[in-house]
Amino acid sequence: MSAFSAIIGQTVKASFRAGGGALTGLLFFLTVVTVFPFGVGPDLNLLARIGPAVLWIGVLLSLLLGLDRLFGQDREDGALELIMVSGEPLALFVFARAAGYWLAHGLPIVVVAPILGLILNLDALSLAAVTATLLVGSPALAMIGAVGGALTAGLARGGMLAAILVLPLSIPVLIFGVAAVNGAIADPDPFLAPFLILCAFTMFSAVLAPIAGAAALRLGLD
Amino acid sequence: MGTISSLANPTRFLSWSARILPFVSVLAAVTLGIGLYLSLVASPPDYQQGDSVRIMYVHVPASWLAMFCYLVMAGAALGTLVWRHPLADVSARAAAPIGAAFTFLALFTGSVWGKPMWGTWWVWDARLTSVLVLFIMYLGLLALWRAFDDPTRAAKVAAVLILVGFVNIPIIKFSVDWWNTLHQSASVIRLDGPSIAPSMLWPLVVMAVAYTLIFVALHLAAMRAEIYRRRARTTEILIAARRPSTAVRPAAAH
Repeated sequence: MSAFSAIIGQTVKASFRAGGGALTGLLFFLTVVTVFPFGVGPDLNLLARIGPAVLWIGVLLSLLLGLDRLFGQDREDGALELIMVSGEPLALFVFARAAGYWLAHGLPIVVVAPILGLILNLDALSLAAVTATLLVGSPALAMIGAVGGALTAGLARGGMLAAILVLPLSIPVLIFGVAAVNGAIADPDPFLAPFLILCAFTMFSAVLAPIAGAAALRLGLD
Repeated sequence: MGTISSLANPTRFLSWSARILPFVSVLAAVTLGIGLYLSLVASPPDYQQGDSVRIMYVHVPASWLAMFCYLVMAGAALGTLVWRHPLADVSARAAAPIGAAFTFLALFTGSVWGKPMWGTWWVWDARLTSVLVLFIMYLGLLALWRAFDDPTRAAKVAAVLILVGFVNIPIIKFSVDWWNTLHQSASVIRLDGPSIAPSMLWPLVVMAVAYTLIFVALHLAAMRAEIYRRRARTTEILIAARRPSTAVRPAAAH
């Protein structure tokens, strides 16, 4: 258990240190959201309507940025072999890495998202809904991303490939995340059902993604 | 299992596939000829869609094979990961481009059919969207294979992604269904009429059999090519390693 929390802590610390990607990811999120009004025009009504989707896509994209560093470094410096030799379950290591990745890359973005929602003209209810769905949905994105990171660990330009592999797999999370926000805003649509499905995705991916990621790391090594 | 594993020996596979490949190819060509005649000439035009209904006979089997191909790859991926069978790697690797081609064919013929029928090339309908995602996943797998220089390592990693996709594709399909019903449904797409008439069903069945035979023939040929490609690669590495004067050591030697 101490090794588990140590890996989470180490992942978080390394992400915030110089050369870590957490702050870059946050800045990227800021930039993506800022660029949208330039593309679609400064119409506040339109921005309010697409705002939740813009925030969700921004989170999805910025969570892809650090995937190549997730396991790439461990593979290069031999830490991965040591962890495999140590006898600790590799799936738990993948889970700890993904959890640390979410704490460093995902959580700050979720905290900043409502502030950016304000400049997209979202009302209070939408802001609350977006933040709540991002909070429960973005861990699933980090877990699915960890599989992509594990698949491409040790590849040159693996980050780009990981993004391509991860994006189609994260479509369901995006669909239900945005559906829950729309359910909270528009009256006839349900909020609770897509929200609970979103929670289910997070738990489902938290169980299955580390297993798949561990298999990818182990098979990619020999 | 005993006979299957003996047939799956790469060298033995090469000899028996060489013998049956011509038969399968001829059979596929004949069935395709019969199917095209039945669907393009003999079958009646639709009372509403007219002759453009004939696109169905090339479209529906293509989308069926797009999914069938992934099923074959998932089975092969299981063979790679569980039994570590070298021929399973080859099978999955060979099936991927064929599956991508069938998926593209399904999307393309669907668009061509959609333009006169719905008045648009593309609708963000649940079924179209999930096939598009399947196409992207095929291309992603091909990109993953190309990223590794060692084919056996690539096969193992790709097998993990195939299985992850296999779990996820039904989820994507299901969530996309849900997504579309949430939004406005300007054009709910379905075949008109309650069920398909027998005069149209039979050409469709023949075409489905023809497409499956085409897949089998292409898959066998692609597997043979992949085995030879790997042997040529191994031979090249061995020759390069045996030559002491060459300054550049092969990358796979370490």
